[in-house]
Amino acid sequence: MSSNVILEVKDLTTKYITRFQEDIYAVDHVSLQVEEGKSLGIAGESGCGKSTLALSLMGYYFPPLYYTGGEIIIDGRNISGMDPDDVRKSILGEEIAYIPQSAMNALNPTQKIIHFIEDVFQAHDPYKSKKEIHAFAQESFETLGLPPEVLQKYPVELSGGMKQRTVIAISVLLFPKVLIADEPSSALDVTTQKMVIKMLRNLMENGYIKSMIFITHELPLLYNVTDDIMIMYAGQVVEKAPAKQAVFDPLHPYSRGLMGSIIVPEKGLRDVKLTAIPGVPPNLKNPPDGCRFAERCKYVRAECKVISVPLYDAGDGRVYRCILPEDVLRETFAHEK
Amino acid sequence: MKNKSSYLSGAGLTKVFGFGRQKTVAVDHVDFDFHEGQVISLVGESGSGKTTLAKMLLGLIKPTEGEVYFQGKKRDISSHKKKKEYWRNIQAIFQDPFSAYNIFRKIDTVLLDCIHMRGGKRLSRAKKTEMMAEACSFVNLKFEELTNKYPFELSGGQQQRLMIARIFLLKPRILLADEPTSMIDACSRATILDMLMQLRDEVGMTVIFITHDMGLAYYVSDSVYIMERGKFVEYGSADDVILRPKETYTKRLINDVPKIYEEWDLSTV
Repeated sequence: MSSNVILEVKDLTTKYITRFQEDIYAVDHVSLQVEEGKSLGIAGESGCGKSTLALSLMGYYFPPLYYTGGEIIIDGRNISGMDPDDVRKSILGEEIAYIPQSAMNALNPTQKIIHFIEDVFQAHDPYKSKKEIHAFAQESFETLGLPPEVLQKYPVELSGGMKQRTVIAISVLLFPKVLIADEPSSALDVTTQKMVIKMLRNLMENGYIKSMIFITHELPLLYNVTDDIMIMYAGQVVEKAPAKQAVFDPLHPYSRGLMGSIIVPEKGLRDVKLTAIPGVPPNLKNPPDGCRFAERCKYVRAECKVISVPLYDAGDGRVYRCILPEDVLRETFAHEK
Repeated sequence: MKNKSSYLSGAGLTKVFGFGRQKTVAVDHVDFDFHEGQVISLVGESGSGKTTLAKMLLGLIKPTEGEVYFQGKKRDISSHKKKKEYWRNIQAIFQDPFSAYNIFRKIDTVLLDCIHMRGGKRLSRAKKTEMMAEACSFVNLKFEELTNKYPFELSGGQQQRLMIARIFLLKPRILLADEPTSMIDACSRATILDMLMQLRDEVGMTVIFITHDMGLAYYVSDSVYIMERGKFVEYGSADDVILRPKETYTKRLINDVPKIYEEWDLSTV
């Protein structure tokens, strides 16, 4: 392990226990690495475990989500299996920060933004004086391109995009090493989305965070924001590759299906037919033996449904989960055209 | 404004909310002319008035000024009966499937209502079940798995597909889809668009998409209307508007969408 790996996850497995006492492994042996200054994008259908992975990465588990195995190492510190209360006190915000999709609703409607920030410091750094907090908040907001007047306002006075950016700014005030952004811009319109993305890039450049995990199903957005893209399906990683290769040259049949559903307002879009993947993801209560995508895969073979498929390393930082070797896959894809 | 070929049109349609200093003109004297069988997109940012316009078209809110013409005649929804009659012709799919259903009613009831609305009240139970199963299979859902369940037990994509199954049963002349895919993921989006287009071909209906997604508008529509602050600033065929925009506003909107073949310029915001 090289020294500049900020987040290292090994075989992380977490499960939900339903009210009928059924185990649902929503994150199944997921391993990933994010280096300093890099960002990783996670994509997949809804229900594929993206958001559960985000929750699991924080190490902060509460029912119905339970930790079952694996390691989460942030900058050399193993946080897996820690007591949730300790995680909340010493990990969240300081080591790892999480922005959920509806982050803007996290603001307290009865408090001014600055009071909210005071609360944050009270919990994590109680010896800081109010004056210091105010000065620091002011400075941070300016660096991040937010008008400092926002600090003296109530959440209702801010627009959706501004609230979202405010929450992001607050979440990085303690300089976390990893920022996990779960669909931070999906509820916003394109122009505000762009502002949020610009701000996330700013965070990295200004040293507020060291690495970022960005979760969304909007592939064009991921392509423009992150260095690597990881595709998840039914709780497993099915492919991980540098952004360009993941979008233009996917290896796994599922990633290929996803890339075929990209809609962008660019020339040539109207001539292609969007490829929708038929069927639905498997029920994770009793996941199928063998490849989990086999049911919906166009290139399925008899052995796919029997052999459980490991992740293959294809070199150049890309891995994929399919029993067919790289050249056979490429040949099949080429044949299709 | 109205002529024979136009199916749904509006003349000087205006909606003003509030009064005095609080006055907001949400939709500002818009004229439009939608033809039968066309796919039309109304594109604009949040707050541009597109949903208000949609609500006026549906007859959910009353226009402050102006008229809507349906099938060449002035629309008359003054009584409850007439309104119901009008809704037989125009139906909608909304953005948020999670809040579109009555949580106390089962999926069967939702679909049965549609059959009843089309005058199928006296059909036998078996026939009704067959119709419901057909509608569900049209949208890739299995009726056997849905029966006796509540809508909230389904995922967002499934709920939205169930909405389309409703439309399949109702077979309206006009379908108004208000951001039908913005709450569901990109993969189901392709499926849902496919289904809507298939449905259009089958029923021959006019589809009005309301969206902020330029890519979506470009992919599905015949003509695109760009809306800014309650007014149409640009309209024309999809190719003209999206690939060769004239207005600064349109250019900006297109510029702000992340793309994969061109560089995405972050310096403009």
